[in-house]
Amino acid sequence: MKERLQTLKQEALDQVNSASDQRALQDVKVYYLGKKGQITDVLKGMGKLSKEERPVVGQLANEVRDEITEAIETKQQTLEKQAIEKQLQEEAVDVTLPGKPSQIGGSHLLMSVIRDIEDLFTSMGYQVAEGPEVETDYYNFEALNLPKGHPARDMQDSFYITEELLMRTHTSPVQARTMNKHEGKGPVKIICPGKVYRRDTDDATHSHQFTQIEGLYVDENIRMSDLKGTLNVLAKHLFGEDREIRLRPSFFPFTEPSVEMDISCKVCGGDGCSVCKKTGWIEILGAGLVHPNVLEMAGFDSNKYSGFAFGMGPERIAMLKYGIEDIRHFYTNDVRFLKQFHRV
Amino acid sequence: MLVSTNWLKQYVNLDHVSVNQLAEDITKTGVEVEQVIPPLVDSEHLVVGYVKECVQHPNADKLNLCQVDVGNGEIAQIVCGATNVTEGQYVVVARPGAVLPGGFKIKKAKLRGEASEGMICSLQELGIDEKYIDEKYKDGIYVIEEEVKAGQLAAPLLNLNDHIIEFDLTPNRADCLSMIGVGYEVAAIYNQEMKTPELNLTTADEQSSDYISVEIEDEQANPYYGAWIIKDLQVKPSPLWLQNRLISAGIRPINNVVDVTNYVLLEYGQPLHAFDYERFQSNKVVTRLAKDGETIKTLDGEERTLTADQLVITNGSEAHAIAGVMGGEHSEVQEDTSTVLLEAAYFEPQTVRQSSKYHGIRSEASIRYEKGLDITRVKEAATRAAQLLAELGEGQVLGSIVEAGSTEWTNDVITFNQVEMAERIGANISLENMTSIIERLRFDYEVNGEDISVTVPPRRRDLKIKEDMVEEIARLYGYDNIPFTLPTGVMNQGGLTKRQKHLRAVHGYLQSSGLYESVTYSLTTEDKANQLVSPEVEVLNVKPVRLAMPMSDLHSHLRLSAVPELISSLQYNVARNQYNVGLYEVGSIYTQTEGEGTQPTERLRASAAITGLWENHPWQGVKKPVDFFVIKGILEGLFDYLKLNDVEFEQANLESLHPGRTAVIKLSGSVVGYVGQLHPMTQKQYDIQETYVFDLDLETILGAMDERDVYEPITKYPAIAQDLAFVVSQDLPARVLEEAIMEQGQPHLKSVRVFDVYEGEHMEEGKKSIAFNLIFQNNERTLKDEEIEEARKSIVSYLEQQYQAVLRG
Ligand SMILES: [Zn+2]
Repeated sequence: MKERLQTLKQEALDQVNSASDQRALQDVKVYYLGKKGQITDVLKGMGKLSKEERPVVGQLANEVRDEITEAIETKQQTLEKQAIEKQLQEEAVDVTLPGKPSQIGGSHLLMSVIRDIEDLFTSMGYQVAEGPEVETDYYNFEALNLPKGHPARDMQDSFYITEELLMRTHTSPVQARTMNKHEGKGPVKIICPGKVYRRDTDDATHSHQFTQIEGLYVDENIRMSDLKGTLNVLAKHLFGEDREIRLRPSFFPFTEPSVEMDISCKVCGGDGCSVCKKTGWIEILGAGLVHPNVLEMAGFDSNKYSGFAFGMGPERIAMLKYGIEDIRHFYTNDVRFLKQFHRV
Repeated sequence: MLVSTNWLKQYVNLDHVSVNQLAEDITKTGVEVEQVIPPLVDSEHLVVGYVKECVQHPNADKLNLCQVDVGNGEIAQIVCGATNVTEGQYVVVARPGAVLPGGFKIKKAKLRGEASEGMICSLQELGIDEKYIDEKYKDGIYVIEEEVKAGQLAAPLLNLNDHIIEFDLTPNRADCLSMIGVGYEVAAIYNQEMKTPELNLTTADEQSSDYISVEIEDEQANPYYGAWIIKDLQVKPSPLWLQNRLISAGIRPINNVVDVTNYVLLEYGQPLHAFDYERFQSNKVVTRLAKDGETIKTLDGEERTLTADQLVITNGSEAHAIAGVMGGEHSEVQEDTSTVLLEAAYFEPQTVRQSSKYHGIRSEASIRYEKGLDITRVKEAATRAAQLLAELGEGQVLGSIVEAGSTEWTNDVITFNQVEMAERIGANISLENMTSIIERLRFDYEVNGEDISVTVPPRRRDLKIKEDMVEEIARLYGYDNIPFTLPTGVMNQGGLTKRQKHLRAVHGYLQSSGLYESVTYSLTTEDKANQLVSPEVEVLNVKPVRLAMPMSDLHSHLRLSAVPELISSLQYNVARNQYNVGLYEVGSIYTQTEGEGTQPTERLRASAAITGLWENHPWQGVKKPVDFFVIKGILEGLFDYLKLNDVEFEQANLESLHPGRTAVIKLSGSVVGYVGQLHPMTQKQYDIQETYVFDLDLETILGAMDERDVYEPITKYPAIAQDLAFVVSQDLPARVLEEAIMEQGQPHLKSVRVFDVYEGEHMEEGKKSIAFNLIFQNNERTLKDEEIEEARKSIVSYLEQQYQAVLRG
């Protein structure tokens, strides 16, 4: 009986070894270890053995069974591993093939510039104010110290609808409207973005519709130096920490003094190049202290209150920042243009 | 305004400053410099030469061989091809080493066997614009007609060595429309002396009043008019120095009389006009408003019809000039003129602006009158001109000027103090510093205790209030010297409003759904302004707002929907081979709800247009064009995102849209927009393939949104799903069934969603199969099977009765 067990063990181990797949291995398992299997068969015949032999053979049988079981398990693991490897091989893809494109849109560059400036100023306690694009002559001009017949009205030829209504030529009327709402009490801290319209023939540098963003700060004791400091924050935010600003005199009917702000030219570092028209400086925006007439017309006591205002063109800022050569790109909505800007 | 630096040096000493520095300093303190035009030629090798001998070139018919005295007894042989060169002329010679405009270098050369040491120049070769060149020198060399010496430098003689600064003047700085004004400005910058021209006019005994009288009919429009008679004049070309000045300022020299008036205009900023006295045909000047329909032929040869609000200068009967704008052709100064009537007047800016605008003439005179002149300077300018006419035309100036009206002017006095200055500027400027700046500006002032009172001279009539003086002082103090500070007022809360935040959420969603944000024009064509208008706008019964004077039909009306312009943007892309495009815009429409002529209401809308493939991944076989359900899905996602539940899509038939693929969108029962495919005819009109659009009233949507998001606790009790499929009539909308199921499935039915629709083969004619996925849930407990079964039964029997629905296996 011992010999039979030894033979069975050898046979079984050989068959386990040569089993080429899981099914063959399962057959081997059933044949030797199953209920009607060979080892079971041997154990059933144990009754015929003597008392002395029984534990010896029993122990041997158990050992043989354990050995075969272990061999099967080991083989089982090997076969599983082989199967997975085969599967993995079959499932391999060419990772260099293109992926499925995600459908993703994006923000318009002009709007990104505007939102960026809004975010900067709201973080400094400003609010975003809006107003109508079809504006009254009063708010567009008169409330801004531009009475009828004022020569500066020629500076911005306008689209009139009636004698008293026109497409606003700047976002400044929003300032007048907001100040009115404050009923003579400061502070007024607003940033006003929006579309504006002027009688210009569309070409690379002109557009009959464009955008503006203006800021206004009215309170007691607002000074030119506050304007300078605020514009410095803005310029560095927009164009980089290494840029310098300068103010130089200008003229706007609604501010006095009026200034224009230049930033130092990055291209030439101030030595002069074609970008800065050889001056080392690039014009960015107009600003000034709010004209007392404007304050008074909006119900503010100009002896008590003062303020500063500034206004800029997001188109110009975007064009300078990215070297965009044609203002019409902002209005054709060419996806080849739109796709290029996701962050400002 | 073009400012010759050579001329400017006549009034202010600028020896210590370079031209580029000057331009920068002017820009920083007051007036923006547009550009600095460099000298045409500035070379010591450009000299005056005297042609001693001129013979034909031995080897060339068309060339001359000239022996030219170039100074210091040196004779240079020069080959010259000009036909007008002859012996005895003084000419401009570019000697070897000279560089002419365009980088043309002069070298010694041999021409047809003869040595040539330089070139005799034409004015074009010296870089002078054709328009300034006299007819007789246009096709040949320039011959100097003044007394000169051989060897003398030619660049200063012709002002070729001048740097010209171009100003970009703001409307307030009319004072800088004159060389004297610029002189005051520059003198103030550098604290230099300002030298005004010396006047020493001698007049004849005979009186101008013997020849002319002056009468002003409208003193409002014409506060002052002066007339001066200059007799026995010789009209001829002006001397070089005068021509040079005019050319440097961009004015073409004509003859000494006209040139003198233009010179004084440039120097004093005071326009003058010279009439030929004989041709004026009268001994009186009457200035008056024109009669409607009155005509005049102006100097440019145009016959112009006048209106009653325009001022004219007449001889008592006929108009001889449009005041301040342009003279008449009839009394123009000509070669045979010998007596001149010189006009020196002050016209109201408004009057001149009206005439100038009406006739479309912006002359050197009108741009100055329009801005408002220094009225106190009129007579001084007239004296300067009379003196120059006497000098250059050998004329006699008669007696004194004949006047009407007055040149009186009351100076403004501005009082302010150092504290006010510091409060405005944020820098402490000492009283001394302030007064020294006022002195540099040549303004009179008085100090009374703290206060400074400045008397504003009439040349700076732009200065009216305290703030104007603050600016004057600050700009000369230097904006660079003002510190950087931030306002120190009370802290306040800024930030976006709820509405603005919600709007940003809308943008964020639409962009992440695959659409590109666009900006289109608000002004469009009349047709497009009326097209694809949403029903809730249509019912307002408004017409698109029209511009009074559009520049073109392309942008004449304000839109009632952004969709047509978005479709045009799609078309623009498609025409450039970009076939798969999805655009959206959030922008206003303009509805004149209060009637024509009133300020329109502006309402924000979200609009979109999509064409081409929505999913495009060809190598895996994914190529899915946009369809109705893609764009509807974007909208459903939007409402879901904004947590608006009471939304319905209702089949609709709208103009320009596909009748079978269009729905109106209802929020809480009211129409807020539409979604659909463009009608094939509309697609054809825009030259575009299958395109889907939506247009949505954002105002209503933003108004319906919760202030902020509301948290719903996540239940720990399981949801139970049930599928139900019915065969129903083909034209029964899915939404009707969905609503019925939802109602019957209460209280535990949470959602219903179509997951399959089948029609066609194996289906009875006119029928379709539609399958729903139902989710039951109770947040407080686990639902019992019986409860679900009950709901199911109720749904099935209701649909059977109500819609003859048949439950499928
Ligand atoms: Zn540069």
